[in-house]
Amino acid sequence: MTVFSLLGYTFFQNALLAGVLASIACGIIGTFVVIRRMVAISGGISHAAFGGIGLGYFLGIEPLLGALGFTVGAALTMGELEQRAEQHMDTLIGAVWATGMALGILFIYLTPGFAPDLFGYLFGNILLVPQGDLLLMLVLIVVIVITVGLLFNDLLAVTFDEEYATVINLPVERLVLILLVLIAFTVVMLIQVVGIILVIALLTLPAAISRECTSHVGTMMLYAVLLGIVFTTTGIFLSAFLNIPSGATIILVSAAVYGLVLVKKRLADR
Amino acid sequence: MTEEPVIEVEDLWLSRKGEVILEGINLRVLPGDFFAIIGPNGGGKTTLLKVILGLIPPDCGTIRILGGLPGEKRHLLGYVPQLRTFDFNYPISVREMVLSGLLGRKTGIFKTFNDEDTGLADKALSTMGVTHLADRTIRNLSGGEQQRVVIARALVGNPQVLLLDEPTVFVDTPTETQFYDILGNLARSMTIVLVTHDIGVIVSHVTKVACLNRHLYTHDSKELTEDMIQGAYKCPVDIIAHGHPHRVLRPHPPEE
Repeated sequence: MTVFSLLGYTFFQNALLAGVLASIACGIIGTFVVIRRMVAISGGISHAAFGGIGLGYFLGIEPLLGALGFTVGAALTMGELEQRAEQHMDTLIGAVWATGMALGILFIYLTPGFAPDLFGYLFGNILLVPQGDLLLMLVLIVVIVITVGLLFNDLLAVTFDEEYATVINLPVERLVLILLVLIAFTVVMLIQVVGIILVIALLTLPAAISRECTSHVGTMMLYAVLLGIVFTTTGIFLSAFLNIPSGATIILVSAAVYGLVLVKKRLADR
Repeated sequence: MTEEPVIEVEDLWLSRKGEVILEGINLRVLPGDFFAIIGPNGGGKTTLLKVILGLIPPDCGTIRILGGLPGEKRHLLGYVPQLRTFDFNYPISVREMVLSGLLGRKTGIFKTFNDEDTGLADKALSTMGVTHLADRTIRNLSGGEQQRVVIARALVGNPQVLLLDEPTVFVDTPTETQFYDILGNLARSMTIVLVTHDIGVIVSHVTKVACLNRHLYTHDSKELTEDMIQGAYKCPVDIIAHGHPHRVLRPHPPEE
């Protein structure tokens, strides 16, 4: 199997395209996740998606649409509860994380017939991404880019200093909820690529690496997008050639580069 | 006295977990005042500022800022918080941080900064003497430099009123003196409310002083009377004159 023969297959082209689209979302939203320290909440949102996938099977609708509903619901619930119920975000994340998974298991148990292939949703399979999912990803990416483009300075102010943003009368609550919903969108895009369980790694690693290279948020996003594209593309090729799971390969490639960057930084600091 | 107060607090009460933190606070800050609120730690100073800014809802009482509710007008104030509410590792430059102070005055969805805004930011940085730091990332600043930038962010919109909460906790003594000189200059063009636990800072620029320890003791003048201090600190306090040739205590009455 050569590179060129692989590129001739539609499924492979789709996989590469899905990787690029997911990387754009990851780079932009992942940057906010890293600088605002929202890794755990992103984990909560992504695991809540499992409930939506289960519901999708149970109702016989597209599981990713179910996941979209659940991730947005989880994001808004956590955001609202943190502000209204005065609970620690930590606690809420734990509750939402496990509840989402539990609902997913229950819905799938209740669905008559064969148990569907959950492995793909949990760990991703970018080589099997359907055309319809690509369209959904494209719509989500447009929404993400436009929203962040319009609200960039506001989002920067809110993620930098929430109290000061309140004092200068920015709509802090609304902006935080918008950011959480954008994280939910990104998570849905990543489910097909790396799966629910591995989402947080792809969301954070490219941004974390690019943070080591720049101290400007816009540049950080750009680098993170490019890194994401490199990681997903490398992972897709490796998994095709070596016949190993694609999601895991993408994550391991990203983690290896992150590790190297940290080692290099450590050596440079001496 | 028909002047409209810039900050007006009437009969403000606040309790937390059954404990009264602020009781019956009345405060009028007039345009041009350099108003110092002093008091011991835990006396409610920071809380009072946060209530004025609408960050903490009071149990009862009314607050007016520039004639409006805090939620409507607070973006027209400059605020220097005591504690750092942000992450110093955040990838943001000094100029970007100062510019963010202007966002509240912008309308519309798409908010960008123009040359005029950059000019305002650079002016605020120059007022605080940190023009040379404009392009640095905030994580590469010392404590005193960071504090100057935090004040520059509050100054950037030319606010009518500047609220400062313990602005000198992060700086050394020479810098502190410099700070109060800068504040003294600013006091010519804006109203300043300064909160501090340190009685020693009641320097020549201050025009009014109040003592806060749950209750606010005020005489509407720059004189600190002993009953105000005793009321707030609940114990006799020694006041030692420092560098400034200025009395904050009334001379002792001649022996009777």
